Amino acid sequence: MNLLTALTAQLTATAHPQPGGATCACANTPLADRPDATVVRHADTVAKAHAPDTDPAELTLRLATAARLPDVLLAPLTPTPAPLHHRLVTFWPYGAPVDPDDPDAAPWEAAATLLARLHRTPAPDHSLPPMRGPAKAAHAVHRLRTTLSAAPHPAAPPVLRAWRALPAWARAEAPMPGTPALCHGDLHLGQLVRHPTPDGPWRLIDVDDLGVGVPAWDLARPAAWYACGLLPPDEWTRFLTAYREAGGPAVPADGDPWPALDVPARALTVQTAARALTKALAADRPLDEVEQALVEACARMNPVPHQLTHGFPA
Amino acid sequence: MQCPKCHAPMHTYNRNGVQIEQCSGCRGIFLDYGELEALTQLESQWAKPVPPAPPAAPQAYPAPPAPAWGAPHGGGHGGGHYGGHGGHHRHKSFGHMLFSS
Repeated sequence: MNLLTALTAQLTATAHPQPGGATCACANTPLADRPDATVVRHADTVAKAHAPDTDPAELTLRLATAARLPDVLLAPLTPTPAPLHHRLVTFWPYGAPVDPDDPDAAPWEAAATLLARLHRTPAPDHSLPPMRGPAKAAHAVHRLRTTLSAAPHPAAPPVLRAWRALPAWARAEAPMPGTPALCHGDLHLGQLVRHPTPDGPWRLIDVDDLGVGVPAWDLARPAAWYACGLLPPDEWTRFLTAYREAGGPAVPADGDPWPALDVPARALTVQTAARALTKALAADRPLDEVEQALVEACARMNPVPHQLTHGFPA
Repeated sequence: MQCPKCHAPMHTYNRNGVQIEQCSGCRGIFLDYGELEALTQLESQWAKPVPPAPPAAPQAYPAPPAPAWGAPHGGGHGGGHYGGHGGHHRHKSFGHMLFSS
């Protein structure tokens, strides 16, 4: 039995806990089946098999945080992960995602308000692990380097140069600076759902990268998209304004936010460019216009000014 | 000649030296090869001389600050030159990126 089949069986039993194992007519919908996560939906319940190297103690702490903050994060159905086929499985209520075919309907204000609320939450006493944003960026660059060893690419040097110019903390080679805040660690539009469906409030999902760290990291993906000329200025302004109005601590309440955003936005630009380049190399295809824009942004990055490597955030 | 749509008879008219056929039933118009181009050319001649374009209006809101390594947004262009303004069609690749780690 493969993981998806086993996960589906366990999910069905969890969704219908009545004894006797009664069969049901509900459809099983795979929501994701990637090396780092397999997600299946059955009626109103979702099961997620986490990445093979997931630490059970850390995942349990992250689940507890989600359970503690139901106004920000979707609360899990079970407090601890269950082992299945050498993977850890968690169960969640189903929430309605942002329509991928209608990104113009993106709930930028809701996303920003949820992040501000998360960042303002006092970090728990028990040691929550670091937010995994920098580790994910380092992983993307590591994968690119591995791919390049077999097939060099002319777009790679500016991406790798921009990576080397980042301060050590942004490359997951040193602890994150500043006052630690509770962070999501991997914000994008796929990390928001409405629960209960279809009109319930928006909540953040995916606790795998949740932890303490530099809160500007959570703003840095939209910031990087805007800086690269991909996200229109009005959408970026809506996001940033809503974050500030909700009292988010990652950027100053007014004035230029870039002293705080610069390093994380560079890191996420490099991460996204590295992922795109790795994919393009694997598919033996040229970079498209959007991917090229990321590489060009990396090429424009000079070494980080000295003052930004000290006392960050400013 | 008969209209290909409603089969009513079509009548020939001359518009500025261009022969066009119009259906007496549905008022649809038939153009021979090159006639559309001829009409377009006539129209552009008719439209001349055009008044000079007014100078670009100043932006209602200044563009939000961006880092030095950011894409050149260009005055008045408003940025988002790959993604397009909200409501316009986004680049498919960026649409996917919005939802990816």
